[in-house]
Amino acid sequence: MIEIRWHGRGGQGAVTSVELLALAAIEEGKYAQGFPAFGPERRGAPVMAYNRVSEKPIKIRSGIYHPDVVVVLDPSLVGLVNVTDGLKPDGLLIVNTSKPSETLREQLKYKGKLATVDATHIAREELGVPIANTTMLGAVMKATKVLKLESLDEPIEERFGKIAYKNKNALKRAYKDVKLAK
Amino acid sequence: MGKRIGMEVGIAAAEAVGLCNIDVAAVYPITPQSHIAEHLSDIVHDGRIDAEFITVESEHSSISACAGASATGARVYTATSSQGLMYMHEVLPIVSAMRLPVVMGNANRAIAGPLNIWNDHSDIMNQRDCGWIVMHAENGQEVIDMTIQSFKIAEHADVMLPTVLNMDGFQLTHMIEPLEFPTQEEVNAFLPDRVPYATLHPDKPVSMGCFNMPEIFTETMKVKDTALINSKKTIIKIWNEWGKQFGRYYKPVESYKSKGAETLILTMGSMGETASVAVDELKKVGKSVGLVKMRLWRPFPLDELRAAIKGCKTLIVMDRAVTFGGIGGPVATEIKSLIYHDKDRPRIVNYLMGLGGRDVTVEDFIVMVERAAKKKDETYEFYGVRE
Repeated sequence: MIEIRWHGRGGQGAVTSVELLALAAIEEGKYAQGFPAFGPERRGAPVMAYNRVSEKPIKIRSGIYHPDVVVVLDPSLVGLVNVTDGLKPDGLLIVNTSKPSETLREQLKYKGKLATVDATHIAREELGVPIANTTMLGAVMKATKVLKLESLDEPIEERFGKIAYKNKNALKRAYKDVKLAK
Repeated sequence: MGKRIGMEVGIAAAEAVGLCNIDVAAVYPITPQSHIAEHLSDIVHDGRIDAEFITVESEHSSISACAGASATGARVYTATSSQGLMYMHEVLPIVSAMRLPVVMGNANRAIAGPLNIWNDHSDIMNQRDCGWIVMHAENGQEVIDMTIQSFKIAEHADVMLPTVLNMDGFQLTHMIEPLEFPTQEEVNAFLPDRVPYATLHPDKPVSMGCFNMPEIFTETMKVKDTALINSKKTIIKIWNEWGKQFGRYYKPVESYKSKGAETLILTMGSMGETASVAVDELKKVGKSVGLVKMRLWRPFPLDELRAAIKGCKTLIVMDRAVTFGGIGGPVATEIKSLIYHDKDRPRIVNYLMGLGGRDVTVEDFIVMVERAAKKKDETYEFYGVRE
């Protein structure tokens, strides 16, 4: 089982991300959960959302405290929220940032596995808005290989209709651009 | 059955209702039930089912509208949570006394005060003596299955009582997980049309829910009590019918790896799944631990529970509600009363936990089992409280 924790801000679509990932995993025949951290819903406030993906039925119904993967949707959360909290020693941190990975490591005092992509830049170009939730899904697919990239096609089409292609372009670019840091 | 699809459980509850050929729904939205209200409203508005969705101004009105509609012979559904259920409270015993088969979904949430929107069982425990059939679902699939079963149970000629299906707020209602839906044809084969005992109609006037003088009130109460106790037979029969048709069997009390276990954990609702993982972990290190899960809370499954806990030395009862000033949580209090006369009764350890959305993890269950082994007396304890 792989456990993923998403950090975003209210309104940035972290919940949509976990929903799309869970739907894609179930579409692949896997078992999955997607759920928000059940906090007050306030636009702009730091929020979390979670995914579990497994080959077997999932029985655990609590929050995720020791994730295998942490995804940071909003660059401004780094330094504001303890994003590496509880991340497993061999876990992976995936950050939307325009900064070099060394700067990020220094800022977070983090030596573990790290992947970065400037998803806000991609989202601005492909979607016309700085909302990076679907874009970051591409980065997560590449960095974790938890699912096939194309498994997201159907959930994204259902969710976004006419603008689904824009979201797909954005996540494909992030899939290509995401870099594993040294 | 179709293939597994991913869906939020609250939406799935509304979809399940949509398969049940309802005539009337009267639902007032409240967190964390809102997605059920909104989606059921969509299903009716989009013309996917031929039903009346009554938009009401409160829960007192939604349950009253359901009672009225049910009295005309309609198949009705409502859903609520927490303060909404508390606001319905006045009408709930009237619905059961009138033997109206209203089906309700309740997204369990703590009752105020202080205000809290998260999960525990204090809302349903406050309705304990309203004369309704009270059931708890453990996961999303059970929410779908038990919603459909509820109509058949409630409307059965040997039952004719309202039912409330509890689903833990957020933990279940806001979870996206894999689910299987029966087809419309399969549901039609399982669920017959309602055949009401009596109906309100202007052409054939009758009186329902009449005033009772002291000469008859006691008898009416006994009839209501007997009806609820007797409903268990039919509930089990209908669950077996479901099992035969769909391959998923339901019992008033479910046991998990409990055979021969010295210590048993007892849960209701979604925490049973997390507890089952703790049982697996504890068994790996040689602990003699099992799990018992109560699905049916009213009528109380006396015989089934006694059989499920027979032979265990310690029973750890997990209560997700507080009986203020009482002798323990509501579930533990009832079980203590149940086994009072038994010679070889287990020691009962009672934790009040998971209140107002406090998360309960696998590790928490392991800690509670370890602590229960050392606990000397049978007093209750607020697990995880900071003092």
